[in-house]
Amino acid sequence: MKKNIFGFGLAIALVIGSLTACGSGSADSSESASTAASSENSAGESGGETVTLTNVSYDPTRELYEAYNKAFAEHWKEETGQNVEVTQSHGGSGKQALEVANGLEADVVTLALEYDVKAVEDAGLIEPGWIDEFPDDSAPYTSTIVFLVRKGNPKNIKDWDDLVRDDVGIITPNPKTSGGARWNYLAAWAYADQKFGGDEEQIKNFMKTLYENVLVLDSGARGATTSFVENGQGDVLIAWENEAFLSIQDYPDDYEIITPSISILAQPSVAVVDEVVDARGTRDAATEYLNYLYSDEAQRIAGDNYYRPLNQDILQEYADVFDLNINLVTIDDFGGWDAAQEKHFSDGGVFDQIYEK
Amino acid sequence: MRKTGKRVIPGFGLSMGITLAILSCVVLIPLASLVIFTSRLGFGEFIQTITRARVLSSFYVSFITALAASLINAVMGLILAWVLVRYEFPGKRIMDGMIELPFALPTAVAGISLTSLTADNGLVGSFFARFGIKIAYTRIGITIALVFIGIPFVVRAVQPVLEKLDGTYEEAARVLGAKPGMIFRKVIFPELMPALLTGTGLAFGRCIGEYGSVVFIAGNKPYYTEIAPLMIMSELQEYDYASATAIALVMIIASFLILFGINVLQARNNRKIMGGEA
Repeated sequence: MKKNIFGFGLAIALVIGSLTACGSGSADSSESASTAASSENSAGESGGETVTLTNVSYDPTRELYEAYNKAFAEHWKEETGQNVEVTQSHGGSGKQALEVANGLEADVVTLALEYDVKAVEDAGLIEPGWIDEFPDDSAPYTSTIVFLVRKGNPKNIKDWDDLVRDDVGIITPNPKTSGGARWNYLAAWAYADQKFGGDEEQIKNFMKTLYENVLVLDSGARGATTSFVENGQGDVLIAWENEAFLSIQDYPDDYEIITPSISILAQPSVAVVDEVVDARGTRDAATEYLNYLYSDEAQRIAGDNYYRPLNQDILQEYADVFDLNINLVTIDDFGGWDAAQEKHFSDGGVFDQIYEK
Repeated sequence: MRKTGKRVIPGFGLSMGITLAILSCVVLIPLASLVIFTSRLGFGEFIQTITRARVLSSFYVSFITALAASLINAVMGLILAWVLVRYEFPGKRIMDGMIELPFALPTAVAGISLTSLTADNGLVGSFFARFGIKIAYTRIGITIALVFIGIPFVVRAVQPVLEKLDGTYEEAARVLGAKPGMIFRKVIFPELMPALLTGTGLAFGRCIGEYGSVVFIAGNKPYYTEIAPLMIMSELQEYDYASATAIALVMIIASFLILFGINVLQARNNRKIMGGEA
């Protein structure tokens, strides 16, 4: 009998353990927060020799910041004579924001969308007005939403219109679980908005048909890419431009990128985490870290990693890479993130409605 | 049950104190915080949150796949444990060690590899695709991931009992003329029943809350392969802690009731065995 009670206790503990594990948001999908804040100690700070910064970012910026951190370290050394060590953390954008809000010590956040940075602001860690702290809505590089199709484009997919055809299977992440995927959804909406001249009923129908064609609704962007590329699901992947280019780079003979007639300007936001930098005394370095993202050198690094540079001259240097004629709407056309979030992605919002039976 | 005069660990007070402290830290405090977070919703809102069509169907998907996986695990786990205990064969030790791999492997890795294996172009998936059966991105796929996650619980629960099973009962039964099938049903199985129930219960509990491996293989299509933990994640993504914990609370209560039911069943079963022997 005693054994049973033990077994039962263990059972409860395990159930709760497993449930809270996914509740805490640190779930084990996507190799999140790899290096995290572990190597961080501010001991070097007092010596004035080495500054350590933690940059909490989202999934597809890994390669970008790997290159940028080196460039910034050199720049900082020249300016101040100090060494700087940047610890990177990558994961789903929303999950990363949650972790920072819950106490992961980040000096700067570089997330997929303004809404996620706002979550950190709401936790009292970033002062309001951060969006104007750096030029162009604190988005030093941008991207957009494109289609990745199989080589030769066998289904002849040219624009959003083709995605609602019966014979097309779509792969895109769930905008409710993936911050980045909200741009995908909004880009499709922008197209339908133009096509139907703002008739909401028709737009919703279009979106409904489009999402009915979705074969796999992954929880994150990298997961969706895996479903499409590795597991061969679907005919088209709706993806961030930089993600699509990375797939092309890995498999140049298997895929091609189709740029739709209308898409959205995806602005990943950066911000200094005020509470943390004040506590650690790293404000100067953290501010310069983000500021230097706007330098010519950093803009080229962004371009090399398939993000669209903000600097128009440098963007022109990449004219053969990016389709610069694409018609881009911005989040402001949706009335800003708060309005878009409330209308489309909240419980019972439009995204839920189009999935109602 | 007879009380023994000597206790192995001295000091009932101390050991009970430690027990309660650990129980509080590990179980009661997280549970209480769940309730507190949920109570930010009013009762009406709580009911509304957990009865949304998508949430309800995600509960259904989670429970039905966990149940199917647990039943498969009960049968397969019993067979595995039986083979590992009763037979000698080369590679037995390695096989025995492999049982625990699902514990050690990060669930996301398990999910990704199972998915690529069972997708229509994967090794296993392409075989079934010929007969028009899709595994990955369906409920079958979810069940397979859960079988993988849950199997060690059953094997490890049943194995030690099977090892300690006294061979004399079987011999006696054989001498009395029982056929092998009957020996298994009437002599061996009743002895294994409690361990099997515990193992299956543990596996079920684990499967209900499983997130890491399932999200990759599920396809996460609303109403079809969207599991309850994913609903929790999407609420969290909206920074809506209250709704997330509300869903979690429902799952915990349901799991608790199921495990409690198993325990009651087991206690009754024990009493029957004891009664028979006395």
